[in-house]
Amino acid sequence: MARVISWPLAFARFWYRFIVGDDWTVAAAVALGLVATAVLNRRSVNAWWLVPLVVIVMVRVSVLRAKPVPGRRDGPRP
Amino acid sequence: MTGVATVLVKTFLAAAVEAIEMVTIVVGVGATRGWRSTVLGAGAGFLVLAVVVVGLGFALSAIPIGPLRLVVGALLLVFGLQWFRKGVTRVAANGLAGLRANVADDPEVWRGRGVDWTAFVLAFKGVLLEGLEVAFIVVSFGANAGRLGAAVGGGVAAVVVVGVVGIALLRVVLRIPRSLLQLVVGILLTTFGSFWALEGIGVSWPGGDGAIPGLLAAYVLTATVNIAIERRGVSECAAPFGRSEVTTWHA
Repeated sequence: MARVISWPLAFARFWYRFIVGDDWTVAAAVALGLVATAVLNRRSVNAWWLVPLVVIVMVRVSVLRAKPVPGRRDGPRP
Repeated sequence: MTGVATVLVKTFLAAAVEAIEMVTIVVGVGATRGWRSTVLGAGAGFLVLAVVVVGLGFALSAIPIGPLRLVVGALLLVFGLQWFRKGVTRVAANGLAGLRANVADDPEVWRGRGVDWTAFVLAFKGVLLEGLEVAFIVVSFGANAGRLGAAVGGGVAAVVVVGVVGIALLRVVLRIPRSLLQLVVGILLTTFGSFWALEGIGVSWPGGDGAIPGLLAAYVLTATVNIAIERRGVSECAAPFGRSEVTTWHA
């Protein structure tokens, strides 16, 4: 019984780690970038550059967030 | 060139582009996470692909590839970005450390007893999506020319040839320092993920598939700049103390 209950939890935990990992801001920014691109595409704007731009900015942001800051515990692991 | 040869060569070349993406993902994930679960994932991908292709036949082209590209691309993109950032911080901190490092010491290598689902899912999705694209190419080229046999031959030959080249290059891949390998695979997953996700939305890339090298170059440049900035920061901090004291936070 415990195995039946723990399996969905383990499944959800796996997908959370796969998608969000240890820096939720990256997944959130990518999701926003994709939604914004889809909206622009529906308005006939071919915004192929938007998600690559989000990637370039978020790599820098995530690298900075991975640096240990005294007193902060929510940052990603380096 | 005869009609059969024309279809064979055209299908081979078009399918080879997709097969390169498939093999790159499988080899990169296998070298970084370990081979057992990666091979299992790739095998499961081929199995599902075979069932879909045999079950649907010519109706294959009715599968909505756009949503599949968006889902697979978005997942590869968010996961690839995690390795991209970890690769940047590890290379910035350790340089090309790990050139002769024991693979078992690498934190990214799966050491659990069961299946490494991360490697499994990455390999499965890469094989299924790219395999479906090869199948679409085969069906459309074969049906248009009325020579399905030649198109199937070209598609299968492309996957086999690219797969053999990938296996042959395995030794070279395994010689890449572990920290750099994670960065390279992260950049590749991010590149393919960006490309597929936006294609799935309906965005048209300038230059079509030719946009992939451009994306790759932009992301390599991003990694290089970030590593340079981080290494400069480390060396500036390290100057008064001695390097090892400052870099311990990266380990």
